[in-house]
Amino acid sequence: MAAGWRPTADRPALAAAAAVRRRLRDFLEARGYLEVETPQLSAAANPDPAVEPFAVAGDAGPLWLATSPEFPMKRLLAAGSGPIYQLARAFRREEQGRRHNPEFTLLEWYAPGAAPAAFIDEAVALIVAGLGEEPAVTWLTYAEAFRQSCGVDPHRADAGELAEAARAAGLTVTGMEGESDPRPWRHLLQSCVVEPALAERGLVVVTDFPADDAALARLRAPGRAGEPAVAERFEIYLHGLELANGYHELTDPVEQRRRFEADNDRRRAAGQSPLPVDEHLLAALEAGLPDACGMAMGVDRLIMAATGATAIEGVLSFPLNRA
Amino acid sequence: MASYSTNELKNGLKVMSDGDPCAIVDVEFVKPGKGQAFTRVKLRNLNTDRVVERTLKSGESLEGADVMELDLQYLYNDGEHWHFMHPETFEQYPADKAVVGDSAQWLKEQDTCTVTLYNGSPIIVEAPNHVTLKVTETDPGLKGDTAQSRTTPATLETGATVKVPLFLDEGEVIKVDTRTGEYVGRVKE
Repeated sequence: MAAGWRPTADRPALAAAAAVRRRLRDFLEARGYLEVETPQLSAAANPDPAVEPFAVAGDAGPLWLATSPEFPMKRLLAAGSGPIYQLARAFRREEQGRRHNPEFTLLEWYAPGAAPAAFIDEAVALIVAGLGEEPAVTWLTYAEAFRQSCGVDPHRADAGELAEAARAAGLTVTGMEGESDPRPWRHLLQSCVVEPALAERGLVVVTDFPADDAALARLRAPGRAGEPAVAERFEIYLHGLELANGYHELTDPVEQRRRFEADNDRRRAAGQSPLPVDEHLLAALEAGLPDACGMAMGVDRLIMAATGATAIEGVLSFPLNRA
Repeated sequence: MASYSTNELKNGLKVMSDGDPCAIVDVEFVKPGKGQAFTRVKLRNLNTDRVVERTLKSGESLEGADVMELDLQYLYNDGEHWHFMHPETFEQYPADKAVVGDSAQWLKEQDTCTVTLYNGSPIIVEAPNHVTLKVTETDPGLKGDTAQSRTTPATLETGATVKVPLFLDEGEVIKVDTRTGEYVGRVKE
């Protein structure tokens, strides 16, 4: 392809991207966050089966490219850094499409001592600042978002009920036959039904995820008997585009190790190689991670929204197929 | 036939779906940041032209369809089949009414058409974008009206009916855009 050397983002898009990054930095600097950098190569990796890291041949054994800067940033928090942020490159295999490039930019920031509601309010203000416009803001629980768009209770529905909701929504699905775990069914509905239904609603904050989708968030015990425990995890959508994902961070080293091991068990069951867990992170949690909220935002997607680009190529200088 | 995994799917690829050959017309990768990935494809059924959407879990695959597009020369119609010939191998391919469809009205012997074969048999016949055809009949009653914007229906040598300017006479040759069915211009012989 003769034109393959050319960038896919034009000059105005590059300028808009630079302006978005500058506004994000200005916002966080003004609020006392310290900009940090952490390694992108590590001998440990996040074993979450839904995120596949790139392996790199290192001099003393295999290394992995960071799928997010979360673990080293938490080690900085445990060492007493105070509020920190990073504009980091992250790398995830097999993620390529209109909204995905395997190499992308995350803004990740942590606020020790912040309460989740105040932290989310600040995150919304950060997005508004980065975007340069002020969309309507709606808060929904995960359960409300599902009830409104697919009419199911995501905390209680089993795989069969979720599969029926997918059928009712007109989805024809291959590869899920006999799948009895409700999680992938929820992820299907989330991507194909719930998210599109949020497209007309501006900024939507979704809170209180199912406990089995906690990832690295704390669990909150039910307020009333008979209610499900929920994960203190939150996501922010902009015009139906998943923009940011945050947690009231898990600080318990025993629970963290248990989740890593469960992740590796799921990797083995799915035929994926298990990954070396981050012992430095576990040691940092052992030493004491302050109570903190943290969030990661897809900066390329925010720039897409700011420029009206419909595909991520439109805001990247060179997507992977031209890199 | 090869099969294509979700990460190999792209627009234009011909695959099987529900027993029919289809062309992929849209591919979208969807995935919650921390969740199961899926690939959503829109497929145009090459037999019915209907577009359906399918969602595949990442790592699933679709069977390739034995479909190819060839430029074939239209030879003749025997009353039941339209016969096409490969210009180099001279192999002939008969296509029936259901396959030729609306393209039939534009087919003139010797013209080259794009024919889509599935398992070696035609399933789609596309007339050339532009054809030059002789006017065999036009309404003479309106002769003398020279206004450029007025048109009248004319029947062409292949049986097609096209709106043409009033100044055209029977026996003249015109160029028609088969995609819109519109008169393009007069062709001087």
